[in-house]
Amino acid sequence: MTPFHLAMLPVLIPAIVAPLALLAMRRRRIVGVGLSVAGCLAMLAVALALFFTAQDGAVRVYALGAWPPPFGIVLVVDRLTTIMLVLAAILATLVMLHAVLTGLDRKGWHFHPMFQFQLLGLNGAFLTGDLFNLFVFFEVLLIASYGLMLHGQGAARFKAGVQYVIVNVVGSTLFLVALGMLYGLTGTLNMADMAVRVATLPPGDQGLLRAAALLLVAVFALKAALAPLHLWLPRSYAVTAPAVAALFAIMTKVGVYSIIRVVPLVFGDDAGAAAWVPAPWLLPAALVSAWLGFAGIFVARDVREQAAYATVGSTSVLIVAVSMWTQDAMAAALYYLPHSILAGASLFLIADTLDRRRGTYGCNATPSPRFRDQEGLAGLFMLAAIALAGLPPLSGFIGKLLILRTSFGYDATPWIWATILGTTLIGIIGFARTGSAIFWKGASEHGDAVCRDRSKRRGDLIAPAALLTLLAALTLGAGWVTAQTQAAAAQIFAPERYIEAVLGKGAVR
Amino acid sequence: MSMELLVASAIAVLTAGGIYLCLRARTFQVVLGLTFLSYAINVFLFAMGRLVVGSPPIWSKTATTYTDPLPQALVLTAIIITFGMTALVVTLALRSYLEIGSDQVDGVADTERDEDEAHRG
Repeated sequence: MTPFHLAMLPVLIPAIVAPLALLAMRRRRIVGVGLSVAGCLAMLAVALALFFTAQDGAVRVYALGAWPPPFGIVLVVDRLTTIMLVLAAILATLVMLHAVLTGLDRKGWHFHPMFQFQLLGLNGAFLTGDLFNLFVFFEVLLIASYGLMLHGQGAARFKAGVQYVIVNVVGSTLFLVALGMLYGLTGTLNMADMAVRVATLPPGDQGLLRAAALLLVAVFALKAALAPLHLWLPRSYAVTAPAVAALFAIMTKVGVYSIIRVVPLVFGDDAGAAAWVPAPWLLPAALVSAWLGFAGIFVARDVREQAAYATVGSTSVLIVAVSMWTQDAMAAALYYLPHSILAGASLFLIADTLDRRRGTYGCNATPSPRFRDQEGLAGLFMLAAIALAGLPPLSGFIGKLLILRTSFGYDATPWIWATILGTTLIGIIGFARTGSAIFWKGASEHGDAVCRDRSKRRGDLIAPAALLTLLAALTLGAGWVTAQTQAAAAQIFAPERYIEAVLGKGAVR
Repeated sequence: MSMELLVASAIAVLTAGGIYLCLRARTFQVVLGLTFLSYAINVFLFAMGRLVVGSPPIWSKTATTYTDPLPQALVLTAIIITFGMTALVVTLALRSYLEIGSDQVDGVADTERDEDEAHRG
C-alpha cells in the first residue's frame, strides 16, 4: 500500500511557503503576497480533498519516515481532523484576503511568513497522533501568534503581549509536566498506544494518572480560555490587529479540539479509574465562563472587546456541549464549532472596518457623525450580532437549539438551559446597545458632519460579508452538516477504530 | 535512594523558586522564574524515563539493562523551545519597558500606581 502522502501536505505547504515568502518579500513584495495567498488556496484544496477522502469513515494513518507506530510519529486523518483542517483553511484564506485588501500586511516586515507558520502549527496540531508532537505544534502556533499579535506594534499591544506570552509559556511548562507524568506512567507518547496502556496500569499508579489527565486538560482549557483560565484572552485579543484576532478565533478551538481528541480516546470508557476524570470539572467551568463571556459583551466599551468576549462566550457554549460526553451532544458541539469560529471572526473584521471608517471614534460604542457605508456596515454588524447571540435565522440559533435538545436527562440540565438562554439574552442586549450607539444615535447629535475616513482602499467589506455568507450556508445546509457532525461524533466515540488504525488489528482487547 | 532524593529535591526547589518568581510583578523576575521552571521541567522529564546508571541507551546483544533514550530527545526539544521563548520574552520585556516606561508585567507604571493609591487613601 502506498503511504497516504496527502496527509502530510497541510503541514508541508505552509512550511515551504513561509521561507519562500520571507525571501520574496525582500525583493518583490507582490511575489511574497502572491505566494502566501496561493499557499492558503492550496491548503484549502488539500483540506477539501482530505475531507472528501475521509467520507468513507476509515481512519487513515501516515507514519512519518515510515517508522512503525508506536515508535515513530504518526499523522491521523479522520472526520474530526478534516473538519478542522477545512475550517482553518477557509478562515485563513478569508483573513489573508482581508489583510491584503486593507493593507495590514504592509505594517510590518514579516506578516506573511508568520501567518504561514501559524497555519503550520494549526494544521499540525489537528493532524498529529502523538502527544509530544502536539506540544511541538502548539509551540509552533504560539510562537507565530506572538509575532502576529505584536504585528503593527504600539504600546497597548506590547503591554498585553508580555502577559500573553508569559501566560502561554507557563501553560507550555504545565503541558510538559503532564506529558512527563504520562510518559513516566505509560512509557509511550503515541495517543493510541497510551489509550491501550492506560487501561492496564496497576492500581498504585491510578492517582498519578488522574492527576496527569487533569493537568493535561487544564492546559487545553487554558488555550480554550475556559474560566478561571480565561483572563488572558479579552485583553490580548482586543488590542491586537482585528484581522489577526479573527485568525486567532480558531486558536481557542485548538484547545477544544485537543480536549475532544484526547479525552474520549485516552481517558474514555476503558481507562479504568481514570475514565472521564475531567468530566466533572469541565461542565461547571464552561457554564461559568459562558456567563462571564456574555456578560463581557454587555460591558465591553468597543466592538473589538465585544468580539473578544464573544469568543470566550461562544467557546464556552461549545465546551458545555462537549462536556456532556454523549454522541448526540458532541454532534451538536461540532455543528456549533464552525459557527463559533466564523461568527467570531466576522465580528472582529467588522470591528476593523468600523475602526477605519470612523476616524478618531474608532470602534468605540459611542455615537459619531456619519461614516461611509454606514448602512452596509449596520447590516453586517446586525447579522454578526444575531449569529453570535444565537437568534434565528442564522446558524447560532440552530447550534444552540441542538445543544439544548441533546441536554435532556442530566442532573445539570436546568443549569445548562438557564445558562444558554440567559447568556443569549445578555448577549442580545449588549449587541443591541452597541449597535444603536454606533449606527443610530450619531445622526441626531452630529447633524450633517462626516467622519474622517482612514481607509484608502475599497474592498474591506468583502471578507466579513463572505464569512457571514458562509454562516448563512451553514444554516441552509444544516441537514448535510448535521449528518457530517453525527458521523464525526460517532467516530470520536468509537476510539477502538482509531487505535486499530494506528496500531494494527489485535491492539484492542 | 540518595540519587532519587537528590533529583526530587532539586526539582522541588527549582519549581518552588520558579513559581515564586513567576508570581512577582516585574518582568525580569518573571523571566528568571520561567527559566527556573523550565530547568525543573527538564530534570523532571529526564527523570521520567527512570533513573538508570551506567547502562547503554541503545540496543546491543550483550547488554541486559538499558536506559530510556527518549526522554533525552524530549528534553533536548524542550530546551530548544524554552531557550527560544526566553530570548523572546527578554526582548519583548525590554521593548515594552522602552515603549511604556515600566517593567511591570501588567504594564502599569509605578508612578501611576502611587497616584492611584494616593487618590484612594
